[in-house]
Amino acid sequence: MEPVVRLADVVAVLGGFPVLAGASLQVGKGEIVLLRGPNGAGKTSLLRLCAGLLPVERGEAVVLGCDLVADLTAVRSRVGLLGHSNGLYADLSVADNVGFWGATVGATPAEIQGAMESMGLDTRLAPVLVGRLSAGQRRRTALACLVARRAQLWLLDEPHAGLDAAGRDELDATLRGAAAAGATVMVASHELERAGSLATRVVEVIGGQVFPVDPGGGR
Amino acid sequence: MNTLHIARLVAAKDLRIEWRSRVVTNQVLPFAALVMVMFAFALDNDTVLPRVAPGLVWLAAMFSLLVLVQRTFAVETADGALDALRVAGVGPAGIFLGKSLALAVQLTVLEVMLLGAAVVLYRTELVAGGVVLLVTTYLAATLGLAFVGTLYGGLAAGAKGRETLLPLLLLPVVAPVLIGATRATEAALGTNDATPSEGWPWIGLLALFAVIFGAGGSLAFGSLIDE
Repeated sequence: MEPVVRLADVVAVLGGFPVLAGASLQVGKGEIVLLRGPNGAGKTSLLRLCAGLLPVERGEAVVLGCDLVADLTAVRSRVGLLGHSNGLYADLSVADNVGFWGATVGATPAEIQGAMESMGLDTRLAPVLVGRLSAGQRRRTALACLVARRAQLWLLDEPHAGLDAAGRDELDATLRGAAAAGATVMVASHELERAGSLATRVVEVIGGQVFPVDPGGGR
Repeated sequence: MNTLHIARLVAAKDLRIEWRSRVVTNQVLPFAALVMVMFAFALDNDTVLPRVAPGLVWLAAMFSLLVLVQRTFAVETADGALDALRVAGVGPAGIFLGKSLALAVQLTVLEVMLLGAAVVLYRTELVAGGVVLLVTTYLAATLGLAFVGTLYGGLAAGAKGRETLLPLLLLPVVAPVLIGATRATEAALGTNDATPSEGWPWIGLLALFAVIFGAGGSLAFGSLIDE
């Protein structure tokens, strides 16, 4: 079966600086892969490249069957990238935000409601303006938008940041559920204990390259 | 999702944001009214004001356009929503048309208020024979301003110093609309003894401007926000 992500010796440059320097990685369907590594190692760049936001200078990059060298944009509607920002509108309610993002892919009201319920955004929070939510509640709203968008590949950059213990548990359960349902998840995180227990595989990103990590923790 | 569906979604979302936040009502409209009052103070002359009123109305509309465009892209960049729209693969032409449509609706409200202010403050008189020309002028100029505002707003959205960059980029480009809309409005209102027939050639210029920036923006917006 064709892997969901197949990168081979990928080089990507940002502002004249090589943020990925020969990165190779394969990720299969339903995997939850943790990307670990120091700041500036290339974790975020790797996620952005897989989302079709960073051009491939050299090498091969195929995500969800889309050749990123030939067409950077084709893959975008099928991936969901949640970075440091949430991509939400502060003056709209939780329900409006999830509804808007779901509507961009033609999601039905039932799917949108299901997406909100999957992140614990019940009837009490649905009409609340996003600008009035806590950081954790915003994160959950952003994840609900991702569910509503029916993303096949979830690219999450520090998804646990700002979440309380209950929110983290809900997030982990959502990610496991998404993976069990066939979605593929790549998580960049510094919270190794939390994200490590969630991941089915761990890789290390250092100097723009990707290295496998054995289950014992060493490289 | 087709372009028109996305445009409708984006326009509805932008208008809902403005309806909830009331920034246009509570900040932009008072700003525009204040500009009209300041013009009246600066040109404190009962014979001069009615003669220059059409130009002042459109000049105030241009200044207010800058504030509206800054606002419409501030809501997109505050929490990375524009980036999220790109990642989601939402068609850029749909985003462009939707944001332009929402901007055009807000501009229309603003321009009606400005015309009302001109009637009250500058003693501008509306002429029945010029109503069709006046409405056509407002329609064509508003569309042109909305298209060019959205295009340059998108261009400046990702740039450093975008607050100061936008006026520098936008004001020279909207000069043809300022000239065309002012002349056509003068003709519609009979200012300086102009007749409605003198205004229609300017509508051609305004329509051409709107078509060029509408088509150009739909094609180029994706590349602009991708930079």
